[in-house]
Amino acid sequence: MDNIIRIETPFKMEDVKRLKAGDAVYINGTIYAARDAAHKKLIGLVNEGLELPFDVRDQIIYYVGPCPAGPGRVIGSAGPTTSGRMDAYAPVLIERGLTGMIGKGLRNEQVVAAMIRYGAVYFGATGGAGALLSKCIIAQEITAFPELGAEALRKLTVKDFPVTVIIDSTGTDLYKTGRIQYSRVNYNG
Amino acid sequence: MREIDVSSIIDAVEQLCMNANYFLNDDILQALKNGSRCEESETGRLILSQLVENAGIAASGRMAICQDTGMAVVFIEAGQDVHITGGSITEAINEGVRRGYANGFLRKSVVSDPLDRINTGDNTPAVIHYDIVEGESIRIILAPKGFGSENMSGVKMLKPSDGVDGVRNFIEETVEKAGPNPCPPVVVGVGIGGTMEKAALLAKRALLRSVNVRNSRENIRQLEEEMLERVNRLGIGPAGLGGRLTALAVNIETFPTHIAGLPVAVNMSCHVTRHAETIL
Repeated sequence: MDNIIRIETPFKMEDVKRLKAGDAVYINGTIYAARDAAHKKLIGLVNEGLELPFDVRDQIIYYVGPCPAGPGRVIGSAGPTTSGRMDAYAPVLIERGLTGMIGKGLRNEQVVAAMIRYGAVYFGATGGAGALLSKCIIAQEITAFPELGAEALRKLTVKDFPVTVIIDSTGTDLYKTGRIQYSRVNYNG
Repeated sequence: MREIDVSSIIDAVEQLCMNANYFLNDDILQALKNGSRCEESETGRLILSQLVENAGIAASGRMAICQDTGMAVVFIEAGQDVHITGGSITEAINEGVRRGYANGFLRKSVVSDPLDRINTGDNTPAVIHYDIVEGESIRIILAPKGFGSENMSGVKMLKPSDGVDGVRNFIEETVEKAGPNPCPPVVVGVGIGGTMEKAALLAKRALLRSVNVRNSRENIRQLEEEMLERVNRLGIGPAGLGGRLTALAVNIETFPTHIAGLPVAVNMSCHVTRHAETIL
């Protein structure tokens, strides 16, 4: 944990390629918050051939639906949601240039294949540490779909937002390698 | 006969929504700290220290421990000598949830229809389980449940011949399949026996028990301890990044069942495993 890599957005291909599964990373700059309902709308726009509310090229999407901001706060608790629910949508966005995703939990083969093919990184933020993570979000603004409430598409400005590379652009998966390292049962993985 | 006005139920539920979401229970906090000392993985220790720090930030700032402030699950144990006045108890509980989630800046995560999926905007309705008990008081337990872990839960109708080994395997398989998704270290609630829905309810109720308290029946206590050791050999670890501490506890509850059946339910719960209660 001594060597924390700092990256700035936009998240360009040279950074994508140098990050490896297991790297501890601090993200700085602008990222986009979207989860189930916002993804469904984004893909709906793609399917209709319409323009997206933001250009996904070289961007990072954070799978989060934050709590409302209390008095004097930028945002409420804002930890990652389970990424697997976005697996149906992620490859389409990766194909359009999305280079980073932040969430928690397993991804399917289609997502990993798209990440290898087009170049993208899957970061994990600590699930259940939403209060801690909210301190690293210094601004938020709703970009689209305000009617979705907690699920609206948001632009977040983050400062030293702490994540770990779970799956890198070669497809190496920390969930698999980490588990094999500590497992005491036969694991065929 | 004692009278309790619905207004005191509304106030109590409102307060419980906030308390359950702001304050990590002491048994869990201690288990995370103790786990940190035994965790072999450096990354695992870092995750555990983040969870402890997160609990401190949430408690001191009166903010939610986790942004998934859950669907409100409410257990009511109503004394049979209580007369509720001023309106409907179910409406009072929902009004308490409505106020607690609005005034507590908690996320509204409930959709009105599972297929149409329109957010109700106030986190109602709650899922309410009523029990009629002796006495003239009402015990209210509020256990908001996040769906990162709820989605990894399951029920299996085993055959009696599957026996305790079938139960062991189903528990291990459920935790293994869940992997990093339910935000480990988890609490594993298990219900064995009854009918399908009874097993699921037992599993949910098992999560209300402290991680430090074992089942009073000797064979079940042994099964809890054995299964905790077994799931902690899987190597999933904190946040699923590899390590020793996959579960803080395996809490098992049982109930008589039919001669032809052996229902087992496993309710996965994240490290937060919120529950708060009061007695009116």
